[in-house]
Amino acid sequence: MYPSRFRYEAPRSLDEAIGLLHNGGDYAKVLAGGQSLVPMMKLRFASPDLLVDINNVPGLSYVTAAPDGSLHIGALTRHADLEWSPVLRDTQPTMAAAAPMIADPLVRNRGTLVGSLCHADPQGDWAAVMTALGGSVVAQGPSGRRTIPLASFVTGPFETALEHDEIAVEAIVPAATGTRAGGYLKLERRVGDFATCGVAIALEISGALELADGAPSGVGTVSRAGIALTGVGGSTINAADAAALLVGHPLTAELIGEAAERAAAAAQPRSDHRGSAAYKRHMVRTFTARILGSSLPARTEEAA
Amino acid sequence: MTAVYDDLGDEETGDIPVRRIKFTINGKKKIAEIEPRLLLSHLIRRGAGLTGTHMGCDTTNCGACTVLVDGRPIKSCTMLAVQVDGHEVQTVEGLASASELHPLQEGFRQEHGLQCGFCTPGMMMAAKGLLDRNPDPTEEDIRWALSGNLCRCTGYQNIVKSVLWAAEKMRGETA
Repeated sequence: MYPSRFRYEAPRSLDEAIGLLHNGGDYAKVLAGGQSLVPMMKLRFASPDLLVDINNVPGLSYVTAAPDGSLHIGALTRHADLEWSPVLRDTQPTMAAAAPMIADPLVRNRGTLVGSLCHADPQGDWAAVMTALGGSVVAQGPSGRRTIPLASFVTGPFETALEHDEIAVEAIVPAATGTRAGGYLKLERRVGDFATCGVAIALEISGALELADGAPSGVGTVSRAGIALTGVGGSTINAADAAALLVGHPLTAELIGEAAERAAAAAQPRSDHRGSAAYKRHMVRTFTARILGSSLPARTEEAA
Repeated sequence: MTAVYDDLGDEETGDIPVRRIKFTINGKKKIAEIEPRLLLSHLIRRGAGLTGTHMGCDTTNCGACTVLVDGRPIKSCTMLAVQVDGHEVQTVEGLASASELHPLQEGFRQEHGLQCGFCTPGMMMAAKGLLDRNPDPTEEDIRWALSGNLCRCTGYQNIVKSVLWAAEKMRGETA
């Protein structure tokens, strides 16, 4: 299978890349990892006239913790770089849990987090993770940079707020005020399949004593919570109701049960070959309870 | 490489974009003139004539076409050939030396790691990517690293044993 013909450009700087997009005609696409774009071009679901390959642009591959505590991920940072990143392992439990679950190891060597957000597939894992974390995307165009919160970045299935001459140059996770907890769980029939369902939870716990392994002890209260769902609706679902329930309280078994109910209620699953709607809703409930339960009071007992 | 294009009727021959790229494959320097839409798998098989890299699904699922680009295993059906300009490609043909099989190849023979053999080049290249990074993998590490490669014959048991065999042999040689 071949993509249809296109003009290929491999600029050496961001300015050059943006210039190409600016003058690029009707239908230009940016190529980063290409692990979704190339298959779509081969199937002729996408037939861009111009392909701007940014892989030769220097300085776009990084995972950096800024002095203010925010985390910055460059447009050419591969999923595998995130999977092996000590920064993620030590400070970002939700992202660290998700990175090894993206696609398969070979795809993770090419595909990028920022590209995945730009692809805006409703089934995408990173969109749920970044939604739970309250993340944003930095877009650079001819008139400079702007930061777009993820909630307004994705405007529909496979659609984003990017202008035709803008490039998403990095993703940002805001600084935490408390201790981070949370995780990502995904049900898939086999490695690399789209999610039957996925749940991303990002918590910040204030006043918690840290255990020796860095996990929160569960005595603190939840100061921030984000819960987002993958694969159980026409887009990534922000289960804000479920998250709001947790804020201001210490996590208890009862609270976890209620939040899991609300997350399940927020899901809009459809029955298909991956499972019935009822089954998917049940899995959202189970995953929500499992992530909340595993990072909190239960850990205290285990550790004690 | 010689290429024959479809004449779509509405283009002059000069309209077809062709690029010249330089790359290294199995240590040999090459120059190719290609259309940018050529896939890396086709550059390897048709351009370089190295048919050890297999095309299985052509849809980024099966991993049969796995090769190393700058040392990292990737699916060559999901990368444009033009993107290896200035980069290094390694295929299954690059594993053996003139007189000796690579320990991975020997391992697959010793442990009966293949039946039909179609997935084998991809399995070996994915395994090489793992062993270069982690010379002493657990069985779990191996299963994880090969989880993007499908085999429809063996049930994977002997493939995992083959990689363990190769890892042991390689550690023994370097010790």
